[in-house]
Amino acid sequence: MIQLLKLENISLDYETFSLKNISFGVKDGEYFVLLGRSGAGKSLILEIIAGLVKPDTGKVVLDGQDITENAIRKREVGIVFQDYAIFPHLSVKENICYPLKANKTPSHERERIVMDLVEKVGISELLNRDPATLSGGELQRTALARTLTINPKVLLLDEPLSSLDIELRLEMRNLLRKLNKEGLTIIHVTHDYEEAVALAHRVGIIHNGKIIQTGNPKEVFHKPKSRFVASLTGIRNFYNAKIISSKKALLENKVEIVIGSPVEYNETGYVSFRSEDVVISCDKIDSSLTNSFPGKVLSIIPFVGGMEVTVDAGILISSFITGQSVEKLHIREGKDVWVSFKAVAVKFIGR
Amino acid sequence: MNDKGNFQLIIIFLSGLALLFIVAPLLGLMFSSSLPRLVETVGDKEVQNSILLTLSTAFFATIVFSIAGIPLAYLLARKEFPLKKIVSGIIDLPVVIPHTAAGIAILGVVSRDTLLGKTAGAFGLHLVGNPLGISIAMAFVSVPFLLNAARDGFAGVPVRLEKAALNLGASPLRVFFTISLPLAKRNVISGAIMMFARGMSEFGAVVIIAYHPMITPVLIYERFGAFGLKYAQPVAVVFVIVSLAFFVVLRMVAGKK
Repeated sequence: MIQLLKLENISLDYETFSLKNISFGVKDGEYFVLLGRSGAGKSLILEIIAGLVKPDTGKVVLDGQDITENAIRKREVGIVFQDYAIFPHLSVKENICYPLKANKTPSHERERIVMDLVEKVGISELLNRDPATLSGGELQRTALARTLTINPKVLLLDEPLSSLDIELRLEMRNLLRKLNKEGLTIIHVTHDYEEAVALAHRVGIIHNGKIIQTGNPKEVFHKPKSRFVASLTGIRNFYNAKIISSKKALLENKVEIVIGSPVEYNETGYVSFRSEDVVISCDKIDSSLTNSFPGKVLSIIPFVGGMEVTVDAGILISSFITGQSVEKLHIREGKDVWVSFKAVAVKFIGR
Repeated sequence: MNDKGNFQLIIIFLSGLALLFIVAPLLGLMFSSSLPRLVETVGDKEVQNSILLTLSTAFFATIVFSIAGIPLAYLLARKEFPLKKIVSGIIDLPVVIPHTAAGIAILGVVSRDTLLGKTAGAFGLHLVGNPLGISIAMAFVSVPFLLNAARDGFAGVPVRLEKAALNLGASPLRVFFTISLPLAKRNVISGAIMMFARGMSEFGAVVIIAYHPMITPVLIYERFGAFGLKYAQPVAVVFVIVSLAFFVVLRMVAGKK
């Protein structure tokens, strides 16, 4: 895939906050998720790409053209704001038509484009509604349809799922996936690692105004480059997974585990469970922990509040335990142990 | 009676006094003239002409100065620039200076030997003693009402909506006319109504620029000076009723939008 959008050494001192040397690229057709805590500077990066905020230094390059100084309306990137920014004095249809009127699309053509888009995002029945009567999900779809009318080369989404309830969130994820599959390049910022896992081809982690790691979700979450990345998700146990029966998943094509909630057969995605939920014992224990595997201790690394023990059980499984437990069980590198965890501790994230 | 009860009594008493202070002279005025006298006044050509002149000059002032004033209000709401505080202060000046002084100041700019006066004269227009001069005087003292209301209106429009519109491909001019102005409409219209009402009731500045042709406030003053209270009262009553009617109708129309 060709690099479509590139940010080169973007820096900005902004009120009480600064971005430092932000550089990353997004390929044509890619779904890139920028993940970081609130206040990390994620939204600001989107606003810089859209031209709403000018960086102090650095370049934004789209399709080989330096667009850093281009006017907002000539950038060919569309942004959907976290608060949707729906024009309150215009109906849903007038909102969606707004860009088409601005670029003087003939009225019959406007009608066709609007109908296509509202059907695509599922708001056909809302066309004549006043925005004040819409729910959060409906407002968001309206904002999305409105942005899509400009046919953006890159779609920028600011926390698009954070204010939706679970059911709507899943629907919206599917819609975003569909748009991306149709070839739309998407940059999506969020604080929720699950969204990143569910949607991203690649993830960039941002912390204190700096991008500290980029890669595909598996690389980033399985091998976090810093404690921050690890703590952002708290998840070290992170695997490719395929559902092989209603309650069983095959991890990395190697290890079969039992999962808590039923998932459709043959679905693929990721499985994760927290290191705190993994119990280490010297022998196989008879308990309610459904998943139990023998393995060899690979490493013991101290961290605040205890030790992180990594066990090779066909897949690498990490467990957080106290220093006393390490002493008591005489855990050392190379020792044979059992790792166990409950089925309900396992989270499956479909793709 | 407890402290709270006493306090409420004092509040009600003082509020009543304040209201009475506003209402009593107006009521007194309303009952000062007999109905036949009022009917006669309404039929008086001089009164009719003066009311028409007052309404038209105030309306003209409001429309023309809105065209320049609204962009200034937008600028004050949206942009930061050096001396912005001073500019905001200048806007309120016409409200705080004595209106006769305002009239003198305007006369200094529009009289025949000034640049503006000469330029207007070249087109056959003499601003002093002319409806145009009256409009200028009215606008001078009333435009702060429009500017302040419109500025507050624009300040209340979320910047994000304007940015979203720009992102959607609209030009800044289009964003202003399709987003900022419609969303600030209520304040702008309300400011324009206040400007119109204030302009219509102006006496001090207008009388210096143009004693003739006579707007109604000047006519009331003239009748009072030449013939006494009894002759001034019916004109005042008719003008107050016309002003109130306009004010109420405009408010209602604005409220419906």
